[in-house]
Amino acid sequence: MHSYILIAIMALTTIAIRFLPFILFSKKTPSFILYLGKVLPYCTMAMLVVFCFRDTDTSSLYNCMPEILAGIYAVLLQKWRHDSTLTIVSATVLYMLLVQRVYR
Amino acid sequence: MHLQIISAQFYKKKDNIISMNTSVKTALKDSLVIMPGYIVLGIGFGVLMNARGFGLLHSFQMALFIYAGSMQYVGVELLALPATYLNTFIMTIMVNIRHLFYGIGMLSRYKVLKKHRIYDIFALTDETFSIVCNKNMKGLSRQDYYFCLSLFNHLYWITGCVLGNVLGDILPFDYTGIEFSMTVLFIVIVVDQWEKNDDHLPVLLSFAISILCLAYFGRDNFLLPSMVFIIVMLYLLRMIRGADHA
Repeated sequence: MHSYILIAIMALTTIAIRFLPFILFSKKTPSFILYLGKVLPYCTMAMLVVFCFRDTDTSSLYNCMPEILAGIYAVLLQKWRHDSTLTIVSATVLYMLLVQRVYR
Repeated sequence: MHLQIISAQFYKKKDNIISMNTSVKTALKDSLVIMPGYIVLGIGFGVLMNARGFGLLHSFQMALFIYAGSMQYVGVELLALPATYLNTFIMTIMVNIRHLFYGIGMLSRYKVLKKHRIYDIFALTDETFSIVCNKNMKGLSRQDYYFCLSLFNHLYWITGCVLGNVLGDILPFDYTGIEFSMTVLFIVIVVDQWEKNDDHLPVLLSFAISILCLAYFGRDNFLLPSMVFIIVMLYLLRMIRGADHA
């Protein structure tokens, strides 16, 4: 039951966020909001990358090697090929191999 | 005379049909760019849900009603904890707040739609936004194109999420580390944005603020202060540089 309520909260909050600009700024949009519209999506992604690495074990270099290697691999491959699907699949497989087979 | 009116109406109708067909076809063609990504990411989500012990129904409901990739990945962790209602609410705002800005970007274009507007706004994901915000709409019906593109993408996403959950059951496999697909998704978006933008100072400062907040507030509480400091930073940056620069 708890899980269904959590899903409902996530869904309704997401829907509210998506509709909010159409309700709030139906007439005129303040210039600071327009500016945020341009730069904030990009900045939020930086924050979410940090969020994803929050559980990385930084007590020794050895422990965080899978994250470092797979992370660098993802950046380089994306810069080279610009194929998001290829990058996501191969970097995830690389990370899984490193975590399960190499740095156990 | 009467016949002329009828035939004029007929041709008008035929025109509409042609325009609709082109719009649907163009939407399908454009959506094919998104399909592999959505199917793969969806499968990743479904497998993760399965690995955390949640069934098909949960995956399906989340894909149908939330329809936000990164939120659903975070949502798996929230369900697994399980998180409190308040934390779930705050986390959803933090992860999805960027959608406010997609809405702002599409205000003028979506506001005028007569049909399917509600659905189009609901289904405005990162990927759909990335296509519609750059699309040249010449010769296309806006409402048909936007609706079909949103719907096709939504269907790919639901298919992926459900498929992943099924695959998790029939393929006994060690899925440890599959959650890294979310990390790579965000890395990919940052890399793409980096190459599209000339001004890297905001994103570099955002990285610095997030890392400092993580160190100071800890893993469970750093998102909200990070967000506040990032908005304050952007406000100050714009003040220092002047509104024209941005």
